[in-house]
Amino acid sequence: MEQLLQQVASGLANGAIYACLALALVMIFVSTDHINFAQGELSMFSAYLVWQLMQWGANFWVALPIVALLSFLIGVTVERVILRPLHSAPVLSIVVVFIGLLAIFHSLAGAIWGHTIKDFPSPFPNIVFAGSGYIGPHQIGMILMTIVLLVALFSFFRFTPLGLAMRAAAQNPASARLAGIRVDWMLALGWGLAAAIGAVAGSLVAPAVYLEPNMMASILLYGFAGALVGGIASPGGAVVGGFIVGVLENLIAYFGNLLEKSTGVYVIGNGEKLTVALIIVITVLTLKPSGLFGHVTVKRV
Amino acid sequence: MATTATTASSPVTAAARAAGHKWWIWLMVAGLALLPLLGGKTGFISNYGFLQLSLMIVYAIAVLGLILLTGFNGQISLGHGAFFAVGAYTSAVLIDQASWPYWATLPVAAIVCFLVGYIFGMPALRLEGHYLALATFALAVAVPQFLKYRHFEWFTNGVQGINIFKPDPPFGLPLSADQWMYLIVLFVAVLMFWIARNLLDSRTGRAMMAIRDHSMAASTMGVNVAHYKTVVFGISALFTGVAGALHAIIFEFVAPDSFRFELSIAILVGAVVGGIASLPGAVIGGIFVQVIEKYADALTKKLTTAVSLPLDLEPWTIYGIALILLMYIMPMGIAGGLAVLWRKLRGS
Repeated sequence: MEQLLQQVASGLANGAIYACLALALVMIFVSTDHINFAQGELSMFSAYLVWQLMQWGANFWVALPIVALLSFLIGVTVERVILRPLHSAPVLSIVVVFIGLLAIFHSLAGAIWGHTIKDFPSPFPNIVFAGSGYIGPHQIGMILMTIVLLVALFSFFRFTPLGLAMRAAAQNPASARLAGIRVDWMLALGWGLAAAIGAVAGSLVAPAVYLEPNMMASILLYGFAGALVGGIASPGGAVVGGFIVGVLENLIAYFGNLLEKSTGVYVIGNGEKLTVALIIVITVLTLKPSGLFGHVTVKRV
Repeated sequence: MATTATTASSPVTAAARAAGHKWWIWLMVAGLALLPLLGGKTGFISNYGFLQLSLMIVYAIAVLGLILLTGFNGQISLGHGAFFAVGAYTSAVLIDQASWPYWATLPVAAIVCFLVGYIFGMPALRLEGHYLALATFALAVAVPQFLKYRHFEWFTNGVQGINIFKPDPPFGLPLSADQWMYLIVLFVAVLMFWIARNLLDSRTGRAMMAIRDHSMAASTMGVNVAHYKTVVFGISALFTGVAGALHAIIFEFVAPDSFRFELSIAILVGAVVGGIASLPGAVIGGIFVQVIEKYADALTKKLTTAVSLPLDLEPWTIYGIALILLMYIMPMGIAGGLAVLWRKLRGS
């Protein structure tokens, strides 16, 4: 039982990362209808930037806002310069451009910082508290950060004029434009926000898995799974979906292990993590493409 | 190859169609087939050269599979490396475990890949555009792990992979093993391209393109969209799987980590660079994939020193930039660009 609780707790912690990433994916999906295959590499790149600033002597809590701002600018630039001219291009072109971006950020990180694994210290103090047996301080920190991020985003979209304008631009670009909203810039803003959230996700992942150019590959897949489970058009849903997927991932490995111990038959374990993600993605896409919290879109002919 | 009725809707397919009837294509194939005879075993092309040529042709077949699916049926796949892997493993396991002759494994790999593609095509049926890209992306990322699954280890040999041996030419032909395999690969490629050409000219091909251009209109015309989409997924997987099987035989080795996400990307890039809705594009794409794999490192180094960057650029950076630029300049790939140029030159 204790082990089960431990697994759930660390699943929630992993889920926090997936939730952040899913949130970033949703931001771009809601504003542009694109699935950003380069999101993982963008986050990884941001994590490297944070690491670099820390190498130069900055504190994590100073470095993170700076990098988040920088990533925001990168995101806006990518949207304005690269994706804007392809606004009416076929889906294939867009997907290929994302793959191109993935390749660029991946190789740039490798070229600048090398492929050796780097240690990324956790920004959270290593203290002993009630329940530390179940969950580490970094894991608690990740969960808290995700919740803070979600609340901040929620308030931004709910209570600020800019947030309202962004929602309007995403929901009905034509009417929004008539109401005087600069829809194009709202999309770029969505991209920037996504990149900034991605930066937070990357910097939270790095202490948990070490810093290296390949670190996001499997995490991105779980981020996708989380976004899909919650509904790829729903920010709140994406966060819940991320947590669900994180817990599910750990529970499957846990019960697989239990099964092997009791019956001696190996069915599933840590080695099948990506296969599990694949199955989640395909199951959700085929059975309930709108996810748990999404709404069904009606397509007109 | 009998039909001459060119009622194709898009100019690119019309150009590709016309190219299929050109006698010079057969002349080129004959020329390629005669290459090993020039100078016998120690001809002016080295065995290594023949291996490179074979690999180009193999990738051309793999790209052809993706082009049938994406270019002619409108379904995006970021995961064709998976079918390449299934084909390669089918062939390697049959040779290794059941000591089948290499040529007999090819049809089996084709059938297995068709079935796998067909089964994967069923859920994919409900997905379009970005969602399909996402599902196949997940497939591509999960492949190596799937191949390492513990219960498959008794025949896949786990992380170690499988070593097989290149067959010697039969009947005491005066050819080296690489030359012989080159001829086999060339023969299979001609067969596959011929099948693809006829498929596209058939009722099925027209249905495929109708679904791509407007699936709802196609279904009101009586085209069974679901049926065709899954079958085309199967056929596409078959083509790429045969390429995988050939790759295993000429490379003499398969291992889970040869089929990583990068392979799927390479196949996609080959298709996009060559020309996504063009059969000659598949050939250009195949050559591109192998050339990049072979020379990208050297090229990048040269480029970096030429512009004296302070940074050691990696090939993928240039790859990515080239990919994005291509989407702006020639969204229909090199073959599409050439077709446009050709029409301009002829002034029609």
